[in-house]
Amino acid sequence: MNKQQPELRTSAVMLAGARQPGRLFRRFFKDRYLILIGLPGLLYFLVYRYAPMLGLYMAFIDFSPFQGISSSPWVGLLHFRRIFGDQEILQVLWNTLSISFLQITFAFPVPILLALMLNELRSQVFKRIIQSIVYLPHFLSWVVVIGICVIFLKGDGVVNGLTEQWFGWKPVPFLTSPDYFKPIIVLQVIWKEAGWGTIIILAALAGVNPQLYEAAVVDGASRFQQIWHITLPAIRSTIVILLILRLGNVLDSGFEQIFLMLNPFNMETGNVLDTYVFYKGIQQSDYSFATAVGLFKGFVGLVLVLSANNLAKRFGEEGVF
Amino acid sequence: MKIRPWGERLTDAANVALLTLIALAMLLPFWHVLAVSFASYKEFLEKDIVWFPQEWVLGAYEYIFASGSFVRSVGVTVYLTVLGTCVNLIFTSTLAYTLSRPVIGQRLVLMLVMFTLLFSAGMIPTYLVVKETGLIDSLWALILPIAISPFNLIVMRQFFLGIPSELHEAAVIDGANDLQIFGRIILPLSKPSLAAFALFYAVAHWNNYFAGILYLNTPEKWPIQVILRQIVVVGEAQTTLGGGQILLENAPPAETIQMAAIVVATLPILVVYPFLQKHFTKGVMLGSVKG
Repeated sequence: MNKQQPELRTSAVMLAGARQPGRLFRRFFKDRYLILIGLPGLLYFLVYRYAPMLGLYMAFIDFSPFQGISSSPWVGLLHFRRIFGDQEILQVLWNTLSISFLQITFAFPVPILLALMLNELRSQVFKRIIQSIVYLPHFLSWVVVIGICVIFLKGDGVVNGLTEQWFGWKPVPFLTSPDYFKPIIVLQVIWKEAGWGTIIILAALAGVNPQLYEAAVVDGASRFQQIWHITLPAIRSTIVILLILRLGNVLDSGFEQIFLMLNPFNMETGNVLDTYVFYKGIQQSDYSFATAVGLFKGFVGLVLVLSANNLAKRFGEEGVF
Repeated sequence: MKIRPWGERLTDAANVALLTLIALAMLLPFWHVLAVSFASYKEFLEKDIVWFPQEWVLGAYEYIFASGSFVRSVGVTVYLTVLGTCVNLIFTSTLAYTLSRPVIGQRLVLMLVMFTLLFSAGMIPTYLVVKETGLIDSLWALILPIAISPFNLIVMRQFFLGIPSELHEAAVIDGANDLQIFGRIILPLSKPSLAAFALFYAVAHWNNYFAGILYLNTPEKWPIQVILRQIVVVGEAQTTLGGGQILLENAPPAETIQMAAIVVATLPILVVYPFLQKHFTKGVMLGSVKG
């Protein structure tokens, strides 16, 4: 056996060198049905996910629908330079970043706290009831969530009606004032997604060995000491992974939600990169510039998620990739 | 039973109370919407917030179901949801299965799929591809560009990888080809998990709003979420619903109409929610497995 092996290997190498196309063809033929059924899905990715990436070429030309892609003039990085020279975009960029920052500070920790609270419950029945309720808003559409929000917050809505009746306050224009836009966006995200976000944390908590808690109790650890020294370290890497993924979306501010909440009165603080691309590209047909803004957004997101991942690895965490 | 110290019981009680409050904060807004949708005009005007209508009135529901544009949008959305979910399942399961087998080019295609999770070309280039493929103002524009969710594909592939390879080997010995193995063994085995994916895809189709705005120009083709936005967020209940119809006399107030529309648009989600709940913990866990 052992003696034969080198010989076999050389012949395989020779075969691979000389008759590569034939072997390839035979592998294709052997897997023909598998390849056949995988084809629609592959075609989907090529047409609707990768063909648009070829379209990114538009960011470097001055595309006009009448001239077509091939005869529009090449302008290099002009559109990208426009991004940093334009006062309106700087405002949009600031809105995007500040909304993301608010989300990471206020909305990101809520599912973690909620999961810790759920984890401390003694009654499993009560826990399941609460879980069923807090997961539900995740499945409502943004139109429904914002519809309900509008009903409560509009000028003659429920909240203004109650504060006037109870305290005699004047109605507050929550929906049409630039000052309230960002806090409302963050609150909506907490309302809709906090419960859903607990699932992955609870899954990590379910993996904690109960003996650790028993040992801690024997050592006289209090409830909060147990949470601090056992529970939190157990979910640390999950939190780091979630944070990495969140950082990659810093320039993503939830298009549908913001688009639905925008109106001419709060445009100043509410317009973000995604909605800006929509207004510029689709409504004003400034395709090249809107593509450039979109590409800038996608590229920054990619760089951020990769560097956050590297950083996490350097600090001894697992990372995502 | 061991007697627990007072401090601990106090934190427990506070925890239960706080969680109850949180759950109420999620439930009550929707409950108010439901109550108002059934309330009479008089009661709606008198009270700021309604929990139990004194008299149950169906006027708002009669009004929206008498509106051609609302009924049409429900029909369009049902059509989109059924057809779209079928397309999702076919495209996702076939590619997921192929990628779960040691097929030529497997690694390359997997990398292509993974990369789309990290980077996408953005709205404008995608819009232009949809335009080039002739889907503008067609309902297929709300189905084909989202035929596969890369995340679901990866989770489903993970599931197929978990099916014992002995089944596959036995089928090969019995002379089955890959097509027969997929159709007669893998798919029947995966029915429960395919049902879970179907539910998630269906909810996504039902809730899809923006694609309708982006790709559809004819108001007759608008799905329910677009109509709902016109009614509730833009506040054009009467013009959206009333256009060109003979309306009921004494039309109910715009607010109760809005709430009735929200209830109708949410009802299907509430109906499938218990079934969803059975599956999603499993789904998220599967997805979180690295590999």
